[in-house]
Amino acid sequence: MSDCLVFDRPGLATSIQDRGRFGLQRYGVPVSGALDPLAARLANALVGNDQDEAVLEILAFGPRFTIETASARLALVGSEVGLTINGATVAAGRSVTIGRGARVSVGGFIDSACCALAVAGGFALDPVMGSRSTYARGGFGGLHGRNLAAGDRLALRRPAPPPGPDRRGDAIAYGDGPIRVVPGPQEDWFEPDSLARFFADPYEVTAEADRMGLRLTGPKLVHHGGFNIVSDGISTGAIQVPGSGQPIVLLADHQTIGGYPKLGTVASADLPRLGRCRPGQVLRFAPITVAAAESLRRAQETAFGALIGRIGPVTVIPGPEQLLAANLISGVVSAEPP
Amino acid sequence: MTPRYLPAGDAALVVEFGAAIDPALIAAVQALDRAVAAARLPGVVETVPSFRSLMIHYDPLATSAAELAASISALAPADTAPESAGRNWLLPCCYDPAFGPDLDHVSAVTGLGPAEIAVAHAGADFTVAMLGFLPGCPFLAGLDQRFDLPRRTTPRTRLTAGSVAVALRLSVIYPTASPGGWHIIGNCPVPLFDPGRTPPALLAPGDHVRFRAIDAAEHGRIGAAAGFDPVRECRQA
Repeated sequence: MSDCLVFDRPGLATSIQDRGRFGLQRYGVPVSGALDPLAARLANALVGNDQDEAVLEILAFGPRFTIETASARLALVGSEVGLTINGATVAAGRSVTIGRGARVSVGGFIDSACCALAVAGGFALDPVMGSRSTYARGGFGGLHGRNLAAGDRLALRRPAPPPGPDRRGDAIAYGDGPIRVVPGPQEDWFEPDSLARFFADPYEVTAEADRMGLRLTGPKLVHHGGFNIVSDGISTGAIQVPGSGQPIVLLADHQTIGGYPKLGTVASADLPRLGRCRPGQVLRFAPITVAAAESLRRAQETAFGALIGRIGPVTVIPGPEQLLAANLISGVVSAEPP
Repeated sequence: MTPRYLPAGDAALVVEFGAAIDPALIAAVQALDRAVAAARLPGVVETVPSFRSLMIHYDPLATSAAELAASISALAPADTAPESAGRNWLLPCCYDPAFGPDLDHVSAVTGLGPAEIAVAHAGADFTVAMLGFLPGCPFLAGLDQRFDLPRRTTPRTRLTAGSVAVALRLSVIYPTASPGGWHIIGNCPVPLFDPGRTPPALLAPGDHVRFRAIDAAEHGRIGAAAGFDPVRECRQA
């Protein structure tokens, strides 16, 4: 029998995602990849994986599964919901090593739209066009080209994690304040008043939010000279405005080409924060230059590298509750493999 | 032709040659795409040609928009002369009314009979201006002004894979069943997208395409053929 995770509950929309599928946008293939790449990278680092390894991306309400392998090391990052293992809670932001038969679940969460669950060794899935990311609309990547379903058996590449202690990491600093936006490439398609309003007034994320993008609602943006441009390329974070005057911010599964004017593009350093946005959340936007956005991204990468460098063994000074939790878990904690 | 350099965030740069769908602009975009590929500029992740601009996706940790714009403008004058590039394809298309639910509408707008529409479409020399909307979906430029018709007022929620449609003096082939807003005049039974193939799309930007009218019987034979190799069957010298 293969080493795998067996899902009896798939969660609302759980999919396999890695850093994405690059080089094929010229053929109309979207990039996809984790909505919150920082969470995916940290989760991987906590279990000792390459940061680019595929993870389970969980949206809003998570899956429940059973460990059908000798031992597995997991880490959940991106929501404080944490993992529930045989009824006991294990915090997010650390790894945990558990044995065959352990029951793992991730409940509902509202502190982010998404979180990432990594397994040491990764999933035994063949890359499709260079990536394991699921693009459900196209029906390829991940497990059978779709989100997880009840009954799925997700094969693991290793029957047990390498020896070593569980590890923890600091919380990711996503930044706060307004979402930074580089105006363009079609900011000149909008009335100047409208652009000013976009950067002054709040916009709310509507219920129409998925891996393709977030539809926002707020003060109507007015085009001058129509809203159909000759289609051109789209980059992740592009803010396109159709005839309704209500902006759509495009996320990982966005189409490669589009025909609505794009007033700006979210700075890449703010894309993880954007990917975490939930319906009902109120956003504010601030304009910055390309050079400033590039600096922000470099600073973020430096800070994230330092955070990865601070990952260390889990050391818990146990209180009564932790002892209780440890006891509950101890039945499934495996001995370190030889 | 002096392009504009427009920011698309800090991970993509747009080099824009104009605002219209125009063969000269398409050629300029394709030429720059080839020049950028040949130059192997550091930090370039991928390029996406479209009708009137080239989007250059880059890694902001490896380069910058300013650096890229400088490198590209330096190579632009020497290396962007339009040249004949791209492969030639002859794709079968069945213009039978059963496959072309919008033939009557296109006929009413253009004044051409359904048979004349087929002749005009199969007689056109198309260039793949870009792929998009769906993986592997080619936007083909090459129709004359008779086909300058707007998209449908109400897009179809679902159309058949292989549907060949026209609008805006362009033609598309929908590789998979999907919604769509163009006028369907026929069906091409050749698989245009296969995730297991490298590259996954049969057609690439800059390729040349002509259509060959086939009857419903041949359409059925091609569609049912196991192991049909579109490269061997449809690629021209």
